[in-house]
Amino acid sequence: MTFPASAELRNDPVALIRDKALWIRRRSFQMVYEAQLGHPGGDFSAADVLATLYFGVLRHDPADPRNPARDRFVMSKGHCTGAFYAVLAAAGFFPEAQLNTYMQPLSLLNGHPNRNYLPGVETNTGPLGHGLPVSVGIAIAGQIDSADFRTFVLTGDGELQEGSNWEAALTAGHRKLENLTLIIDRNRLQQGARTEETASLDPLDDKWRAFGWHVEMVDGHDHRALYEVLSKSPKGRGKPLCVIANTFKGKGVSFMHDNVAWHHGVPNKDQYEQAMRELA
Amino acid sequence: MSAAAPAPAGWHDCRDTFSKTVEALAEADPRIVTVVSDSVGSSKLVNFRKRWPERMVNVGIAEQTVVAVGAGLANGGKIPFVSAAACFLTARAMEQIKADIAYTNVNVKLIGQSSGVAYGELGPTHHSIEDMAWLRLLNNLTLIVPSDPWETEQAIRAAAALDGPVFIRVSRMPVPDLPRCNARFEIGKAETLRDGNDLAIIANGVMVHRALAAAEALAADGIAARVINMSTVNPLDEATILEAAKTGAVVTVEEHSVRGGLGGAVAEVLATHDPVPMRILGFPGFLPTGSADWLLEHFHLNAAGIADAARQLLARK
Ligand SMILES: Cc1ncc(C[n+]2csc(CCOP(=O)(O)OP(=O)(O)O)c2C)c(N)n1
Ligand SMILES: [Mg+2]
Repeated sequence: MTFPASAELRNDPVALIRDKALWIRRRSFQMVYEAQLGHPGGDFSAADVLATLYFGVLRHDPADPRNPARDRFVMSKGHCTGAFYAVLAAAGFFPEAQLNTYMQPLSLLNGHPNRNYLPGVETNTGPLGHGLPVSVGIAIAGQIDSADFRTFVLTGDGELQEGSNWEAALTAGHRKLENLTLIIDRNRLQQGARTEETASLDPLDDKWRAFGWHVEMVDGHDHRALYEVLSKSPKGRGKPLCVIANTFKGKGVSFMHDNVAWHHGVPNKDQYEQAMRELA
Repeated sequence: MSAAAPAPAGWHDCRDTFSKTVEALAEADPRIVTVVSDSVGSSKLVNFRKRWPERMVNVGIAEQTVVAVGAGLANGGKIPFVSAAACFLTARAMEQIKADIAYTNVNVKLIGQSSGVAYGELGPTHHSIEDMAWLRLLNNLTLIVPSDPWETEQAIRAAAALDGPVFIRVSRMPVPDLPRCNARFEIGKAETLRDGNDLAIIANGVMVHRALAAAEALAADGIAARVINMSTVNPLDEATILEAAKTGAVVTVEEHSVRGGLGGAVAEVLATHDPVPMRILGFPGFLPTGSADWLLEHFHLNAAGIADAARQLLARK
């Protein structure tokens, strides 16, 4: 099992994460542009969290992707495969060239991730509200075995309107799953509108506390803050951890910033070129 | 969400018919409300929201709740049109559909949007090719799979007029207007679109125009295929199916799994009354990555594929 702390990383973990986050944004946007399909707004809000996990936090081994001792990461917001596939390729789970097949006929890079197609995918997602309950099961297995691995799951915020999350939250709190970390991509936008104008979630931190979770709020684009909150050992806390990552949909590109049209909007040539100029 | 090839000029996205019709109904009947789960745009209900913001209930991304709230609204005297992507509306909320809608037998209209493989590249979680099988088993629940804009409008109007639960599959896949001699829609009554006595092709939804094209191709070989539009799957028009069996061979075609859907329904009737050689055309199950058009071609769900299956079947007659 390789720890993320390569020589490069030991020198400056945050610089490495920053570098990878930029690469994920650029590469995923190229995928979306070429496929003329995808969810780039949510790719960009999650890019920094994904880079932090894969290049600063997760213990994983791309050469042995089902090693029982691995940390688990579940991409519950499964529509954001642009960023997810890009980070998996960057981490070495499959060749970068495979990203060129995104959503093409017979591609293993389906619009939503499939564990039977790709190493590094723990569970098939796409319908919202599945990742957290599955992750609770993974964490309980670890708890039963007193195993050392951690389980991380990334959800959207609109996704939390699905009741399945709150059923799972009860079980996680009840069982004091300290090996479980939920990260909420709190970009305040869902498919068609703002979360607070649809079915409001605030005060979101109080909700998780009431369910028996420890809550941390971070700037979800601040690599150092993400690195510190996610890499700290959860041992001894006796509670599952909920990290509310305050983010922006479309973060990184001026015309996409905080704009719901980019939930599943795809760029034309001019927009693509402008975005690539800004993502430098 | 899906980058389908541009549709031929004059073809239609039946979601537009849905929203136009539900707005016309809402003008005339104040009891009509729409109920959505972050599915305003994908249901083409932006204009409805603009016109009647107080008559749209958006519960957020929560399909179990959207269906159950629909049941409650009906109890409160409303006529709710609950509209969400067919894949989540059925798979996620199946128990609410079974218990709160069908078993309780309430006046709710469920609109399964972008059914079948319309979401193509987004994969099996977003395909709705199991829904006919799940839904047709439920007592009380009328299940309609319209084939074009005219029939979509008729189905929605008939659903509003019926006091009881209805599920309508609405496709976003472009379809042409079907040729009809005496246009008359009745729930539970199949429509014979083309006469022929060598075999019968029974289809519904977006497969009907492909079945007609297959019949045209077969006619060039001197084969007279009857084409039946079985838009209501529950209750099933058994009389028309048994009439079709008299041709001696039946092909079914659906934008659905080959297990348990239209083909399964027809097979149940034939097997118990008048077994004749049969082919069930549809999808095999979880599908590989590809656009809607690509998937239909890949699995031979086109005129040529239907005609080939018909020719093979005739050899067994
Ligand atoms: C069960 C379910 N219902 C509906 C959808 C359609 N859908 C895909 S993404 C999305 C919005 C998600 O919003 P959010 O969770 O906030 O994600 P993000 O903003 O990070 O993209 C919706 C409604 C789905 N994938 N699954
Ligand atoms: Mg969001």
